[in-house]
Amino acid sequence: MNEKLFVIPFVAGMALLFIILIVKGYKWISSLSKIDRLRLINALKSRRILQSAKDIFMECLIHRRIFKKNMVLGYMHMSLAFGWFLLIVVGHLEAFVAEKSLAVPFYLPIFFRFFETGKEFAGSKIFAALMDLLLLFVLSGVVLAWSKRFYKRLFGMRRTTRLQYGDQIAMTALWLIFPLRLLAESATAHQFNNGSFITQTAGSLFFNSNTASTLALPLWAAYSLALGSFFVALPYSRYMHIPTEMLFIIFKNAGIKLKKRTNSFTELAIYSCSRCGICLDNCQLNNAGIKNTQSVYVLKSIRNKNIDDEQLFNCLLCGKCQVDCPVGIDLTSLRITQRIESTLQYNASYAYLENQATTKAGLIYFAGCMTHLTPRIIQSMQHLFELAGEDYWFLDKEKAPCCGRPLMLAGQYDAAAKLIRNNTTQIIASGAKKLVVSCPICYKVFKEDYQLPGVEVLFHAEYILRLMNAGLLKTAPLQKRIIYHDPCELGRGSGMYEIPREVVKNSGQLIRIKNEQEHSLCCGGSLGNLKISQAERNLIRDSAINEYLSYQPEYLVTACPLCKKTFARNRNMVVMDLAELVLEASDEFIKRKKLKGNKVTNIRELETLIQS
Amino acid sequence: MNEFAHLVSRPSRQIDYQTFDNRLLAYVLRYEPSFLTCMSCGGCTATCSAGKLTDFNIRRIGLMLRRGQTDKLAAEIDKCMFCGKCSLVCPRDVNIRNVVLLIKKESTRLHAENQKV
Repeated sequence: MNEKLFVIPFVAGMALLFIILIVKGYKWISSLSKIDRLRLINALKSRRILQSAKDIFMECLIHRRIFKKNMVLGYMHMSLAFGWFLLIVVGHLEAFVAEKSLAVPFYLPIFFRFFETGKEFAGSKIFAALMDLLLLFVLSGVVLAWSKRFYKRLFGMRRTTRLQYGDQIAMTALWLIFPLRLLAESATAHQFNNGSFITQTAGSLFFNSNTASTLALPLWAAYSLALGSFFVALPYSRYMHIPTEMLFIIFKNAGIKLKKRTNSFTELAIYSCSRCGICLDNCQLNNAGIKNTQSVYVLKSIRNKNIDDEQLFNCLLCGKCQVDCPVGIDLTSLRITQRIESTLQYNASYAYLENQATTKAGLIYFAGCMTHLTPRIIQSMQHLFELAGEDYWFLDKEKAPCCGRPLMLAGQYDAAAKLIRNNTTQIIASGAKKLVVSCPICYKVFKEDYQLPGVEVLFHAEYILRLMNAGLLKTAPLQKRIIYHDPCELGRGSGMYEIPREVVKNSGQLIRIKNEQEHSLCCGGSLGNLKISQAERNLIRDSAINEYLSYQPEYLVTACPLCKKTFARNRNMVVMDLAELVLEASDEFIKRKKLKGNKVTNIRELETLIQS
Repeated sequence: MNEFAHLVSRPSRQIDYQTFDNRLLAYVLRYEPSFLTCMSCGGCTATCSAGKLTDFNIRRIGLMLRRGQTDKLAAEIDKCMFCGKCSLVCPRDVNIRNVVLLIKKESTRLHAENQKV
C-alpha cells in the first residue's frame, strides 16, 4: 500500500470545505441588494481595500480587540490564529525553497517533514528551527485553551458559552491537531534527524528507534485525520467565523449596514459570531438568573433556525454586549431586525389618529409617556422654560400619541411609522424651531427617525447646558456627592455622555465610577425587554444600586424618567432627574445671594434682584 | 314605563361554556402567568396614552380575554401604542406589554387558522 495515502483525510476535508465556502460566499455576495453590490465593488477598487486588509490582519490574526479586554485571552487567540497562519506561510516558503519550485503539491508543506527526510537545502536548519518555534507558539495557545476550560478567571471571564455538538467536535479536532503534529514530527525527527530544538528533543524523549519507525506513519495519519475532521466540522461549528469574519470586515468597510429586514449581510453577521462568550459577562440579565437569551445564544438560535419570541424578546436592548464584541457585530440592531421579522404579521394601523389642533410657538416641549409618570420632571421643565422666558407649547400636555420608539423596540416599525407621521405633521404645523424632550427614548427616535426640517431636536440636558452657558440659568454647586447614571438610550444609544455630566458638574460634586459611559449599567426598567418579570427587573436594579452605593453617593442623578422611576422603587437612594437637580442648584444660588423670600419668576427679575 | 333603561332587553351577556373559545387565554397564561394576578383595578386604563386619544380601554381587554371574545379583542388591541405605562403602574406587576404582544401574535395566528377552515 502506498504510504502517501495518509494525506487523503486532509485533502478530502480541505476540498469539501472549499466547496462549501465558495457556495456560501457566492450566495452571500449575489444576494446583496444592487446598491450594496455597488458599494462593495467601489470599496474593492478604492483604498478601502487596504483598510480592510489591515483590519483583517489586526482582528482575525492578532485579535486586537480581545487583547484590549484581557491579555491572556488575547494571547491565546493570537497564538492559535497568527501562529497557525505563520506555520502555513513559513511552511510553504520552506517547501518552495526545498523543491526550488512554486509548483509543489498543496499538501506537501503541511506534511513537509514526512516527505523531506534528511534533504539538505539552503537554510534548511534555519527553516527547521523557525518551524519548531512557531509550533511552540501555537502549542502554547492550545495549552491555554485547555486550561481555559478549568480556570476561566485567568482569562478575565466568569462565564463561557455552552457549546453545541458541532462546536465540540470541531474544538476537539482543533485541540488535537498541533499535539499530533508535534508527535508525528518528533517521531520522524528521531528516525531521520530532520528536526530542530523542539522536535528533536521530543523525539529522543518519547521514542526509541523501534517505536519511532512503527509509530511515525500512524501519527502522521492521525494528524491528517484531525485536520480533515476539523475542516469538515468547520462549516457546522462556531469556527465558521474564521472565513466569514474576513468577508464581514470587507462588507462592513464598504459601508454595508444592517437593514430593517434580514438579508445576506444579517446572515454574514450571524455566521461571524465566534461564540467567544465575551458578551456573556457584560449582560446584566445574569443578575436575574436569565441565562439563555444573551446575544451569543440568540445568534446561535437564529443560525440554527430555532429562535422563538421568548428568547428574542427577553433582552433589555441596553447594548452593553456589543461594546466588547471582538467581531464588532451590531448586536442590538440585529436583534431588532429579528423582532421586525417576528412581528410583521400584526402591525397596527392607528386609524383613530387625527390631526389635533396645533399651537404656534417657538419651542415645543414633548414630555413623552415616561415623563408623564414622573410629574416632578414635567414641573421642573416647565419651571425652567418660565425662567428662560420661552414661548413654548407643551405638545403632549393633555393627549398626544407616543413617540414610536417603544413600538420600534418591540419590532413594529410599520406601526411606529404611523405615529411618527402624525407627530411630524403636528410639530411642523406649529412652526417651532426647537423641540425639547426630557426622555432619551423619545430623543433617540426624534433624532434618528423623524424628518423635521428646520426644527432642532434638543435633549433637556443640552437645553439646560445652553441656558447655563448663556447665563440664563445660574446655579451654585450643591455640597452633595452625585453619581450620574447613563441611560442606555442616551449613552450607548445616542452617544451623549459628556453634556449631562457638564450639567451635573455645574450643580454638585460629580464622582466618577468604574462602570460608566460605554460600560454603564442598565437600570433594569428597559422597554426593550417584553418578557422579563418585575421580580427579575428588581434583581437587576438592586445589583446596580448596590454597586452605586459602594461609592457612598448622596444623590443618584439620571437623565431618563424610566431610569428614575425604576430606581425610585428602591428606597436606599435619593434619585432625581437632571432637571430637578438643576433647579435645586438654582435655588441654592438664590439662597447664597441671600435672596430667599423674594419671589423670582424669570431670569430678568433675578438679575435686577442681584444688582439691587 | 319603557323609558327605564333596566327594562330594555339586551342581548344575553352570559358566557356559554360549551362554545367558549379559551385558546387565546390559555396561550397568554402559558407565556405570561402574571396575568392571573390581575384584579381589574383599572390603573392601566387610567394612565394609558392610547386611552386618552380614543375609547381604548386596556382593562376591558383583560375582561374580553377572560370571556373568550377573541374577534372583538383583535380589533380592539390594535389601538395600543406599546408605550409600557400600564406595566409600570400596575400594582400587581402584571407584564401587560407582554400580554398585548402575546394577544397580537396569537390572535393573528388564530385568525389565519380560522380562515383556512
